[in-house]
Amino acid sequence: MNIHEYQAKALLEKFGVPVPKGAPAKTPEDFVIALTELPEGPTMVKSQIHAGGRGKGTFTDGFKGGVKFCKTKGDAREIAGRMLGNTLITAQTGPAGRKVQTVYFTAASDIKKEYYLAILLDRAASRPVIVASTEGGVEIEEVAHKTPEKIHKILVDPAYGLADYQIRQLITALGLSGAEAKNAGKLIRGLFTMYWETDAAMVEINPLITTPTGEVLALDAKVSFDDNALFRHPEILALRDLNEEDPKEIEASKHALSYIALDGNIACLVNGAGLAMSTMDIIKHFGGNPANFLDVGGGASKAQVVAAFKIILGDPNVKGIFVNIFGGIMDCNVIASGIVEAVREVGLKLPLVVRLEGNNVAAGKATLASSGLTIVSGDTMADAAQKIVQLVG
Amino acid sequence: MSILVNAETKILVQGITGDFGGRHAKLSLDYGTHVVAGVTPGKGGQFFEHGSHKVPIFNSVADAATATGATVSVIFVPPPFAGDAILEGVDAALELVVAITEGIPVRDMVRVKRTMAGRKTRLIGPNCPGVVTPGTGEGSQGGCRIGIAPGYIHRRGHVGVVSRSGTLTYEAVYQLTSRSIGQSTCVGIGGDPVNGTSHLDVVRMFNDDPDTHGIVMIGEIGGNAEVEAARWIKAHCKKPVAGFIAGSTAPAGRRMGHAGAIVGGAEDTAAAKIAVFKECGIEVAVTPSDMADALIRAAKAKGVMLS
Repeated sequence: MNIHEYQAKALLEKFGVPVPKGAPAKTPEDFVIALTELPEGPTMVKSQIHAGGRGKGTFTDGFKGGVKFCKTKGDAREIAGRMLGNTLITAQTGPAGRKVQTVYFTAASDIKKEYYLAILLDRAASRPVIVASTEGGVEIEEVAHKTPEKIHKILVDPAYGLADYQIRQLITALGLSGAEAKNAGKLIRGLFTMYWETDAAMVEINPLITTPTGEVLALDAKVSFDDNALFRHPEILALRDLNEEDPKEIEASKHALSYIALDGNIACLVNGAGLAMSTMDIIKHFGGNPANFLDVGGGASKAQVVAAFKIILGDPNVKGIFVNIFGGIMDCNVIASGIVEAVREVGLKLPLVVRLEGNNVAAGKATLASSGLTIVSGDTMADAAQKIVQLVG
Repeated sequence: MSILVNAETKILVQGITGDFGGRHAKLSLDYGTHVVAGVTPGKGGQFFEHGSHKVPIFNSVADAATATGATVSVIFVPPPFAGDAILEGVDAALELVVAITEGIPVRDMVRVKRTMAGRKTRLIGPNCPGVVTPGTGEGSQGGCRIGIAPGYIHRRGHVGVVSRSGTLTYEAVYQLTSRSIGQSTCVGIGGDPVNGTSHLDVVRMFNDDPDTHGIVMIGEIGGNAEVEAARWIKAHCKKPVAGFIAGSTAPAGRRMGHAGAIVGGAEDTAAAKIAVFKECGIEVAVTPSDMADALIRAAKAKGVMLS
């Protein structure tokens, strides 16, 4: 689960990580109230959406920049008015962009130097890794590619936790000393505690900055959480912003379906995550374009299959459906009846190709064949994929 | 021969009194697997009954192992308690713990894995379909089925299958069996970012197993475990290997069902992994329908008999 920058900053402060003074606003009326919490002078206005590249983004009305520097609070108010309710397109939002429903005002900071700091899971080591670099404010992937020696990594042993000497190693690697070193040490400690205690998946501070007075601040913050651990963090779950999620994905999660919208026109309904991914791949392989990832899970019920059809058809781009089921334990006939019921209930007009294999498959195929519905049967995944690609054209 | 488990292996089921655990314990008993004990704290002394089977339930893994000689545990307990259940199996010095549970928090698994370091127990999973060593009976009955895989699709033979994904493993096994190619052991290592046994661990075991003549390795986007295994195969493995990577079409940064299936950087994409497979002499399945045929091609090229 992702959260907004303003929510992340509030969380950081709770764990003793200093951030520039800031306040969010969701309505133009709130602008004034929010701005009174900030000191006079230069102010940043930041669009709050769950996507990166905001600064270089463009709004659909042509207004440029989702993050703006303003010389005065008055300017900030005006700029915020241009952003709120407007739709921001960035490199990460896709062409549709995201509607800005919250703006975040922060006191503009005097930057001495920018750094990069992140904590995430190192999969190979099965341990948290702290990643730090003197190259902040730029794409870290680019730094890793061009100057890998400027990326410093520290693995944290979960049995002991983050050791003080490791923090000193990081500070040395960043070339900090004096007050900056002391402040950075406290910040790293706080950031790690937050990562660990909130079950974060990733905490990324880019840039982390030093100021001429020796302060160290998190100027931006990108924080995401492990979905599997949300059950023990109701306070984190409360930060979920459904406006940032695809309504179809929200509906799917209500039915315990795993759905991700894509931009193609062939919808897929599959059991199992690996098979669902491969189904998308095989559609592409034969020249089609998958409209979604949809995993109905290992024990899908009739009701789930019906719900899945409705969600799939909620996407206006869909021109055909490919159902790919390997019924290991699951009875193929139960799935087949679910498909027949769903097709009748939604009055499906689009081409439908079904590939059923596994447990009780003969009965399942018979159910489909005797339904009187136009359902094309595929023998193998490859056969079925070719058929749906051809039907959609 | 086989790896990890064989027809004689005695297993205990943690969470046998739950719906999910109970259903699959029954299917394993039907398959002919020696399910000798169940563990549910507070229900010790009761029995899990299925047909003519009467499986004793114990309060702890240690009690169950001592009383029945079980050396392997399979875990079906819910995610908040699953990490604890794994460590109980480790503490009882079991040889193998197979964690089926999906949805265990990453932090729990990070701690569990650290605590397991240096202990004798091997963990497979979590979030995995389990392990099957097929038997010689009808529908491969008489083998050892641990977890949730459909037993009947298997056939006793000489191909090792290792995969992160359940249904994709079944797909591969089914393709092999349909071509009369049997399996030595099929291992689902699970779709989570932190797991007990890697592709490489299983590939090494298959390489050492004289009864395994060929290997199907199925991976997906995210992490670099498949790449690590592929490089080892290039250097050490003489057996024919076929590979498939799921997720060529997955958008970056989105979690595709499995918690571990997410493209983070340039090197964990499907394209990058497939390129390494090719470079390491692994016959790549062009589509998921091509997995068994890819192994047949690889075997032919090396002059190896698969069946």
